[in-house]
Amino acid sequence: MLLTITNDVAPGSLHAATDLGYLLHKNPTRAHELKLSFGTAHLFYTEATASRCTVCLLLDIDPISLVRGKGRQDSRDVPYVNDRPYVASSFLSTAISKTMGTAMSGRCKDRPELAELPLNLTVAIPVLPCRGGEVLLRRLFEPLDYDIEVTSAPLDERFLEWGQSPYLNLRLTKQTTVAELLSHLHVLIPVLDDDKHYWVAEGEVDNILRRGEGWLAGHPEHNLIMRRALKNKRDLYGPALERLAVVDDVPPNENDAMIESIESVSERPGSLNERRLQHVVKTLKEHAVHRVVDLGCGEGRLLRLLLDDQQFTQISGMDVSQSVLKRAARRLNLEKLPRLVRERLTLFQGSLVYRDQRLCGYDAATLIEVIEHLDAERLSTLEKIVFGFARPDVVIVTTPNIEYNVNYIGFAPGQFRHDDHRFEWTRAEFKEWASRVGTEYGFTFTHSAIGDEHESLGSPTQMVVFRKVNATEIKEVNP
Amino acid sequence: MTKIVIPELSLVTLVGVSGSGKSTFARKHFLPTEIVSSDYCRAVISDSEQNQEATSDAFDLLNFIVNKRLVRGNLTVVDATNVRPDARKSIVALAKAHHVVTVAIVLNLDESICVERNRQRPDRGPNTDFVSRQARQLQKSIGNLKREGFRYIYELNSLAEIDAVEIQRERLWTNRRDDHGPFDLIGDVHGCYDELVLLLQKLGYQVTAGTATHPEGRRALFLGDIVDRGPRIVDTIRLVMGMTKSGAALCIPGNHENKLVRALDGRKVTVNHGLEQTLAELGRETPEFRDEVRVFFDGLISHFVLDDGRLVVAHAGMRETFQGRASGEVRAFALYGETTGETDEFGLPVRYQWAADYRGKAAVIYGHTPVPASEWFNNTLCIDTGCVYGGHLTALRWPEKELVAVPAAKVYCESRRPFTGNAAAMNISIQQQSDEILDIEDVMGKRRVSTRIGGVVKIHEDNATAAVEVMSRFAVHPKWLAYLPPTMSPCETSSIPGLLEHPAEALNYYRSRGVKEVVCQEKHMGSRAVVVVCKDAAAAGRRFGVQGDDRGVIYSRTGRRFLDDKNLENEILARVNKAMTTSGLWQELDSDWAILDCELMPWSVKAQRLLREQYAAVARSGRDGLAAAIGLLSQGASRHPKLEALQERFKQRLTSLEAYTAAYGHYCWTVNSIADIKLAPFHLLASEKGVHTGRSHIWHMEQFARLAAADNGLIVATPYKTITLSDPASEAEAIKWWEDLTSNGGEGMVVKPLDFITTHKERVIQPAIKCRGPEYLRIIYGPEYMMPGNLERLRNRSLNAKRSLAMREFYLGVEGLERFVRHEPLRNVHECVFGVLALESEPVDPRL
Repeated sequence: MLLTITNDVAPGSLHAATDLGYLLHKNPTRAHELKLSFGTAHLFYTEATASRCTVCLLLDIDPISLVRGKGRQDSRDVPYVNDRPYVASSFLSTAISKTMGTAMSGRCKDRPELAELPLNLTVAIPVLPCRGGEVLLRRLFEPLDYDIEVTSAPLDERFLEWGQSPYLNLRLTKQTTVAELLSHLHVLIPVLDDDKHYWVAEGEVDNILRRGEGWLAGHPEHNLIMRRALKNKRDLYGPALERLAVVDDVPPNENDAMIESIESVSERPGSLNERRLQHVVKTLKEHAVHRVVDLGCGEGRLLRLLLDDQQFTQISGMDVSQSVLKRAARRLNLEKLPRLVRERLTLFQGSLVYRDQRLCGYDAATLIEVIEHLDAERLSTLEKIVFGFARPDVVIVTTPNIEYNVNYIGFAPGQFRHDDHRFEWTRAEFKEWASRVGTEYGFTFTHSAIGDEHESLGSPTQMVVFRKVNATEIKEVNP
Repeated sequence: MTKIVIPELSLVTLVGVSGSGKSTFARKHFLPTEIVSSDYCRAVISDSEQNQEATSDAFDLLNFIVNKRLVRGNLTVVDATNVRPDARKSIVALAKAHHVVTVAIVLNLDESICVERNRQRPDRGPNTDFVSRQARQLQKSIGNLKREGFRYIYELNSLAEIDAVEIQRERLWTNRRDDHGPFDLIGDVHGCYDELVLLLQKLGYQVTAGTATHPEGRRALFLGDIVDRGPRIVDTIRLVMGMTKSGAALCIPGNHENKLVRALDGRKVTVNHGLEQTLAELGRETPEFRDEVRVFFDGLISHFVLDDGRLVVAHAGMRETFQGRASGEVRAFALYGETTGETDEFGLPVRYQWAADYRGKAAVIYGHTPVPASEWFNNTLCIDTGCVYGGHLTALRWPEKELVAVPAAKVYCESRRPFTGNAAAMNISIQQQSDEILDIEDVMGKRRVSTRIGGVVKIHEDNATAAVEVMSRFAVHPKWLAYLPPTMSPCETSSIPGLLEHPAEALNYYRSRGVKEVVCQEKHMGSRAVVVVCKDAAAAGRRFGVQGDDRGVIYSRTGRRFLDDKNLENEILARVNKAMTTSGLWQELDSDWAILDCELMPWSVKAQRLLREQYAAVARSGRDGLAAAIGLLSQGASRHPKLEALQERFKQRLTSLEAYTAAYGHYCWTVNSIADIKLAPFHLLASEKGVHTGRSHIWHMEQFARLAAADNGLIVATPYKTITLSDPASEAEAIKWWEDLTSNGGEGMVVKPLDFITTHKERVIQPAIKCRGPEYLRIIYGPEYMMPGNLERLRNRSLNAKRSLAMREFYLGVEGLERFVRHEPLRNVHECVFGVLALESEPVDPRL
């Protein structure tokens, strides 16, 4: 919604604080107004003396047209009641470049010498949404040598149990040029907010790289900045990071760790998930199975590995979400796979709480990190369907080991690894469940660990492999 | 005139060489759609009727069409030469697969006529050798048609004969669709004459020597196994035969009659399982009587389709694809059922559980397998309750569907397989055990759900897809879900300045649709909650098929468990249960379970996250942002006077935000225990004796006032007013009340016609219209929606999609409850509930 920039000048200086007006190409004696697609930008000075000059950029955003789509070219749903008119967001970034673009580029028409001059600048943003909180804010601005003052209020004074407001009241101070200050704000405000109101495409990469010139490449959080600035669009930020051409040995995403959910931390490439899937594939190979159905296949990471191995002649991925399946088809590049590979793979929408004929006829079924997404009281239905109805010879189930959670920093007691987890089990609980299911449906089982084992807490993931009693020797499948 | 009789459902094969006039014959006697011609199929796929190279593909297509028609039970005529035995073989096989009768009509004309006709056809070449070839093939095999499997064979040997043909379609013996009863269906009697007489008397029949009649013209329908095992077999035969011959009864055969006929025919049978008793009794009768018995039983039809297809009877049951069909296999199924080929621990064959897979619309009533008690299962009912084994003799009154039984006077015969105890010890029914898991095919894909009050509701595949996900990930077990609440439309947009909604529009909606009186109910602002409450765990088991301690559930609009805290849920359920007892409602409803449509408060219990992440966040940022802006504008205005107007407007905006903050604050309070929760029930949807949509809303309100009085604090009665439409004073009272409610922070009110289901011009109208207050609407349309320039733009809203959705969801909601109360299989109930969830994924402005 608004920010102010104050230029303080020490007594006896050669320059007047009001030189800010020259730099911004906005006369301090007038109030300026600019119509933008989403509302009106007002630029005026609240103070303009020789020692102090404060400019205010205030947006008057029309909340009605905002939700009617005029302000956004993005097709994403905006809630009808939203904070956009009141906070510092990409709207403010756009307004900065529309009203102070020349200054941001480091040009000053009337007093060119001023552009290079570091000033004693203070920025105030009273309502700044910040996904990642003060910690992230500091990690973005401290490396840029700002003095930072942050305060926040309770979300609602009447309901203190609702916690603190997610908005920060921010004051930044630094001896710097106006151009650099504006560039930082222009790039970082939407990064903190983790959103952009406009469609982000190729052109945005150029924009960020231009505004980030001289500071972004060396910023320790440049990965996160690029990723968020490009709205998490992998196809954009991957190449953009390459273009940033910086020498760094930080693996991608490493720095995002603490602001992402713990599950995605442990799920980063090359880590636990990779090991888990490799382990599952290895187990399937040991059991000499050919036809495998991955129940709850998600985006198809296990399917990808199975496709690479000719032992698996019939591979199916089932998921309850049609949109996830579409993503899986895209990520597996289904359309472009060679015909003989493609013909081994089937994706279908299904559910683990409805009986489904399509689940029959496989040698093995896998439930990788799936059961914990089902209410515990509905597990008995899953058991009836997988173990009682479909009855493959081998069933592999993996699930988090809750005992291990204490190893995660910043984890509240009893907190699960993912918002959607309905339960997480200790090793004993998992074994007890496996034992009961095995007895009831005629399966033997083995329990094992996946991931680095802690001596008393076990491994982060646990696995049970069920084998049907009297399973006939798995027949060779004719190609 | 040559009369050709063919069964109404048959596969008619025309046989004759090219030019014998098959197509002309077919066109003369059959509907164009009944005829499937090989020439036509050739043309469809290759653009030429004569393209012999396409023959193989053409016959694939022909077979495909014939197959689809026979699945649907439509008479079909195959118009092809069919002169070769192998061509006819595939037709016979198709008929057999669908259990339809085969008819061959041979057009056997002099070869020269056919040759001449072929010469005159412009599209054929000069070579007519193929006609002779076909004629030779026909002559060679014409005598084999019977052996090939054709049941009806007609040979027409001249043009005159062909011209003189008249085709008469004959009804299948099993088809008694136009017989509407009423019937009293009686299970396996097995010679228990005394019990049969008692049962008939109990059913209202006057039993006289050798027959019985019902004063109201009801007819008995014996499901076979009249003979063997029991004490008075011949007396039973006399009565059944007498009733059947006099028209007071229908009778279908059982496996025991089948064997008896074979024995009386002098065929070699093993005389056991009570046949020895029948033969001994019959041995004391005259040969004439024995012959009469043989003829009677031999002439019985394997099964009947009755009452417009709503009722199917067969001794051992009847799978859907066999109903109304005729074949040896169908007859065998009717008499014996199917076995899996295994034997059980008593050495008896394990029967294929056809009823478990039954999905038919017709109720199938059967006997054959004694059960301890008759139990509906997938729209099938076995009424053999083992009278001869000391059980009961049971009848089902149709269409009333009431069971009437008399106990056996004694055990006449020991059953090899114990048929009592075991299953009865289970608290839940066979149906409920089977319903533990539903099949994905019962929900996926495009669906059409028939509802009693609103006709067919269509569910699109995309919406079903979305609902599969929500249902699977979040909903409680479907056995708890008999109902999901429909969405509710707001009133038309008001034209009163400063208001989007006003009660006048809601009253107007009903007045203009001929409603005389409406109920205005205060709209509570919490979260919709459906409360299923059972008197005890036994009731939960019996009615909902739940095993364990659960005595109910509270779920949200999407079928998700309302409270994460199971103890709190149990506490609430216990309180509701206690209030049901104290108020005497359990007793009055004659029920031990009930489904209540409620609002649970505060809003913040369920919407905690939404409040924190959206509503409170907007309030916080809005107030802080605007306050900061006003401060800066006031500094700026001292230097730039033109900013004063902007400052004024921002002050108004801040006032809007403060009003918005106050608005949601009304619906939030801290919940530490059940003492902080309020439950406002407003529909007593259903209980054991029925769905209560036949009761007026006043009745519902009155029951809940009693419930609230019986409870202390949790259950609240909903304030309401009855308003007479067309009385201006009464309407003014409603409006005044709404103004009072909304100015005190209330959400608004709901206007409902007095009757739960109200029609206008034979169509059901909106069951309720909501009318929300201006302050509440800030939560919906945004804090600043009333600012100058905003409201005008928001007035432009269309209710059509919302109203249509509300209607369709209402139809499904009521239908689901009705099916549940009728004890239909869970998948039928779930279809409705699932449908509501699927419809909810249709794109409709969520602010309505």
